[in-house]
Amino acid sequence: MAASPETEDLKFTPLNDWHIAQGARMVPFAGYSMPVQYKDGILTEHLWTRENAGLFDVSHMGQCFVHSDSWEKTARAIEALVPADILNLKPGQQRYSQLLAEDGGILDDLMITRSAYEGHEGWAYLVVNAGCKVQDYQHIAAHLPTGVGLRIEDELALIALQGPKAVEVLAGLIPGIAATPFMTYHHAVLDGTHLHISRSGYTGEDGVEISIPAKHVTAFCDRLLADARVKPIGLGARDSLRLEAGLCLYGHDIDTTTSPIEADLKWSIQKRRREEGGFPGAARIQRELKESPSRLRVGILPEGRQPAREGTEIVADGRKIGVVTSGGFGPSVNGPVAMGYVEAAFAKVGTPVTLIVRGKELPARIVAMPFTPHRYFR
Amino acid sequence: MTTYYTKDHEYLRVDGDTATVGITNYAQAQLGDVVFVELPDVGKSFKQGAEAAVVESVKAASDVYAPVSGEIVAVNTSLPDTPATINEDPEGKGWFMKIKLANKAELAELLDEAAYKALIGE
Repeated sequence: MAASPETEDLKFTPLNDWHIAQGARMVPFAGYSMPVQYKDGILTEHLWTRENAGLFDVSHMGQCFVHSDSWEKTARAIEALVPADILNLKPGQQRYSQLLAEDGGILDDLMITRSAYEGHEGWAYLVVNAGCKVQDYQHIAAHLPTGVGLRIEDELALIALQGPKAVEVLAGLIPGIAATPFMTYHHAVLDGTHLHISRSGYTGEDGVEISIPAKHVTAFCDRLLADARVKPIGLGARDSLRLEAGLCLYGHDIDTTTSPIEADLKWSIQKRRREEGGFPGAARIQRELKESPSRLRVGILPEGRQPAREGTEIVADGRKIGVVTSGGFGPSVNGPVAMGYVEAAFAKVGTPVTLIVRGKELPARIVAMPFTPHRYFR
Repeated sequence: MTTYYTKDHEYLRVDGDTATVGITNYAQAQLGDVVFVELPDVGKSFKQGAEAAVVESVKAASDVYAPVSGEIVAVNTSLPDTPATINEDPEGKGWFMKIKLANKAELAELLDEAAYKALIGE
């Protein structure tokens, strides 16, 4: 009998044994065996991260460099693929953007950082989603002009330390991190190991993501975990944290059928790019910026206690006007939260809508996101 | 009083012609933190195997099936307000509903404790 598709050829992160030793429940995710939760469970892990510091393994994500002999050449090559202003990034500065298809649909969302290292002036560091990384690398490589290269990093682990105490914990080992602004990079050497740390994350909390050679990551995580303020956190809480923070999950809230404008990611397209275009799908995106798109991603707050999951129909005026793309229980909100797409006429905050949950009508309304305030370090 | 189990990880404590139904400790551990419960109305009747209640964790929604045919004679009214009771004491205070058995012969198709333990690999 053939192996089930869920368990076939699963890959492991460098922290696999560490997760199991920490009591993780491992599940297949984006081709990897990943911890969905540890012993405490999703609810406790979620709340712990909002109050203390949560340690996440995100080594399944794709890390790569786009490089050439000049920043301008590298930045222009990336700008041909994404709608963000890359050219004007300062050394060490990071930006969120999307790889776009020719029709303006989103192939993936990603983080792009301009290198601050001497000798690497023409380098950009990219982090892409695990489930998209193979296609992303092919897409990027196929579109880079002569003289600009792609270097895929397979020997780097990536971990996130998130929560209001994350930076004070890390500052005990790496004092320089305390003053590092949101969305910038800090380079540190700890016991001879190079750490590439960005003040960013996927929880809505202050925190960092740390790129570290795979062979050193277990010892480093043990060191972080020795601090009583730190607990390991699984993908389950990662999802509920990002949902409360109003952040998109690729393949659910954004995909090849959604444009960044429909997805309410206008903020991630800087003025120069909006005006100049020059990225895939620019004509559609410039039109949607002017005329507003036909549908928009919105926050949805169901009344009562019952979660409305992905795929839930959104109804108003007696007809379907949208669909939930992420939904569940928000432990910090202490109630159900959701996001989804509705026709633009129904996207205004406060608009009452009806959700069809398990065949029953559940009242809800459109709300502003995030559901829990962002607490980034600015 | 005899306890029976189903392959869907429900238990029934049968006392006379009434069965107290809930989900097993194994089921609550698999589900994770329960955040929502929907119980049937008292007086409603179900056929064996029909969807009778809903239990949702942070992760996912699951149906609870009527393990036997019969009428709902009581539900655990405190459960919707304190769904975490299902995680804390699934086979005690976390009971869902009491069903008046319509056909006692159905019990013969259910698992006993030893068979259920074998099912979950204990």
